[in-house]
Amino acid sequence: MTGSNSPSAPTPTGTGTEQVEVPYNHRHLLGIQGLVPREITGLLDLADSYVGLSRQVDKKRPLLKGRTLINLFFEPSTRTQASFELAGKRLGADTVNMSVRTSSVTKGETLIDTAVTLNAMRPDILIVRHNSSGAVDLLAQKVDCAVVNAGDGSNEHPTQALLDALTIRRRFGRIEGLTVAICGDVRHSRVARSNIHLLSAMGARIRLIGPPTLLPPSAERLGAEVFTDMREGLKGVDIVMMLRLQSERMEGNYLPSLREFYHLYGLDREKFDYANPGAVIMHPGPMNRGVEIESALADDPEISLIQEQVEMGVAVRMSVLDVLSRRLPNGGPKQ
Amino acid sequence: MTSTLFVNARLVDPATRRDEPGNLLVEDGRIKALGAGVASQGAGRTVDCKGHVLAPGLIDMQVFACEPGGEHKETLATASQSAAAGGVTTIIVMPDTDPIIDEPSLVDFIERRARDTASVHVHPMGALTRALEGKAMSEMGLLSEAGAVAFTQGRKAIMDGEVMRRLLEYAAGLGVLVVHHPEDANLARSGVMNEGELSSRLGLKGIPTEAEVIMVQRDLALAELTGGRLHFAQISCARSLEAIAAAKARGVKVTCAVSAHHLALNENDIATYRTFFKTSPPLRAEADRQAMVDGLARGVIDIVVSSHDPQGPEDKRLPFAEARDGAIGLETLLPVLLELVHKGEMALTDALATVTCKPAQLLGFEAGRLAEGLPADLALIDLETPYVFDASTVKSKSQNSPFDGRRFQGRVLMTQVDGKTVFES
Repeated sequence: MTGSNSPSAPTPTGTGTEQVEVPYNHRHLLGIQGLVPREITGLLDLADSYVGLSRQVDKKRPLLKGRTLINLFFEPSTRTQASFELAGKRLGADTVNMSVRTSSVTKGETLIDTAVTLNAMRPDILIVRHNSSGAVDLLAQKVDCAVVNAGDGSNEHPTQALLDALTIRRRFGRIEGLTVAICGDVRHSRVARSNIHLLSAMGARIRLIGPPTLLPPSAERLGAEVFTDMREGLKGVDIVMMLRLQSERMEGNYLPSLREFYHLYGLDREKFDYANPGAVIMHPGPMNRGVEIESALADDPEISLIQEQVEMGVAVRMSVLDVLSRRLPNGGPKQ
Repeated sequence: MTSTLFVNARLVDPATRRDEPGNLLVEDGRIKALGAGVASQGAGRTVDCKGHVLAPGLIDMQVFACEPGGEHKETLATASQSAAAGGVTTIIVMPDTDPIIDEPSLVDFIERRARDTASVHVHPMGALTRALEGKAMSEMGLLSEAGAVAFTQGRKAIMDGEVMRRLLEYAAGLGVLVVHHPEDANLARSGVMNEGELSSRLGLKGIPTEAEVIMVQRDLALAELTGGRLHFAQISCARSLEAIAAAKARGVKVTCAVSAHHLALNENDIATYRTFFKTSPPLRAEADRQAMVDGLARGVIDIVVSSHDPQGPEDKRLPFAEARDGAIGLETLLPVLLELVHKGEMALTDALATVTCKPAQLLGFEAGRLAEGLPADLALIDLETPYVFDASTVKSKSQNSPFDGRRFQGRVLMTQVDGKTVFES
């Protein structure tokens, strides 16, 4: 499937009137781990139909009319929160954004208290981001509604992996057999972990590229090939997935300096030329231009899928909300 | 075309254990040919070696050259002259100068300064951490591209285990060598000599061997965890040796050096508070010295360094506890090794390997061997003539040698660097 770069092109599917069956056997979406390829494909197929809906003047399809969706973000976020909010609104849900200051709310007890309190307000879907790995899982055990993990610590960010997969599938028509290099701060990245799970489950070959200080210990045991030399690692790659370098890792402990990181692991034209002809660049955003990626590459519409990733984000989240709402008590097929 | 033909030489190449009479032809700075029948076509210089040993020039992996910042004690020029007089054709200089070599431009400075003023090859080690503070890692990638051959904290150890772990991890990714001075700074705090009976008798605060052993053990564990290449700049006691031997047997990428001082001297040499015998690590007990010799002979210790550390009277003519550590050693490195050979502790080729092919291999240099095509870095060595070492004759700017008045047997007659004669006695 191609043609994704023409926003005005009418799409035959996805006008949002038909009900696509999606095999999905979970109450929540807490991670990619635990999903089977059939479920992933189902979510992606449904998301594909929402791409078309989002490109119409009337973007609404009120499947979640009357439902309450709470965005509960313990970590600041702009794009993920907006993306979930839009997804909810396009499906007709009432959405509420709650940002909770991270520093004071890190103890398990307080998190559970928050969950219990919110649960009493009878929301239907909770979207949760937290800076602690496993926190969303813990919260999900204490509420009656469906929970979507919008990123927990360095563990998972499943909707990001789904939107990345959708972007890849629309560009290449498949995921199986592609070689994907995930570059930079893999160690601290939930995006990387979810992508490793998803892409390898769907039959892609994964490479991890970065300095050993930013690679997870025993990285090769995650089912990926590990490279510390970026040029070497990019040879024969179809997709170069760059990760955001968190500012707290930049100086001293994990890395000597930004200029050395850019010199060794920043994606510039010269390094990118080691990848396969027709290779593309992805980035979960927000980018550090001149730190992990050269501006000219990030902005090159021929090879950069970064804008498309953002668009797919809304579609994927609509798909996830749709599917989860069907499994809610008193959910089920609409009339 | 310039050429030199060495005739009647005893060609000793430690890498191949070659030890046989022959000639060696140098052309345009490189070894053109070597062997029994080698002759010169051109009209170059002919050197009659009179049966003396012609060996690869020495590579000294630990030299404190004091430049920049300490030019009153030594410069790259004077250190290189001292090296040449000792048969040393490559010196690795330490980064704990003023300013500290933690910037690519400073690596470049050392290289240009050496090219302009030094008579032997000079390569800098880069600082392992920024400003040698033991916290933030230095730009090892950029520094090694600029020419830093390894990374070290100089005379200090990294006390923070996590910092050391990250350094070894990061270095492993680049394939660069981390050189560490293993001494727990807390256990060694304000100690000035080896801890034991003698320190008690002298009333000086001692440094226990545990200060070294604990750090060696920690670093070995971290090297094993990270897969980083670790080299101990100097070890001094038997128990470090055991730990390193065991780690090597497990396949840990570790090497170590001993200084010539620790092979030839022990704590008793301090006698009446002689500050030229104050070194870091301190001179240890005789049993430890013997263990160093034994460890070298067994190959557990890979290389020998001079740990040439010039200090002036202003830092040495002081009460023992107040005096600085350090002793010069470029011109006594080879005599100390030959002492081991004469005593029958080591074969000549094995002894020379620790200062030629082994450091070359460790640093990835195409040097330290007698082989066609390699740069003609050569030392012509008289193994036999006995003499009394006179520290006032050294080429170094500082004279803080602990070997003044010692009887040695064997000295350098001529040193060539890239086929150019840089020393001739």
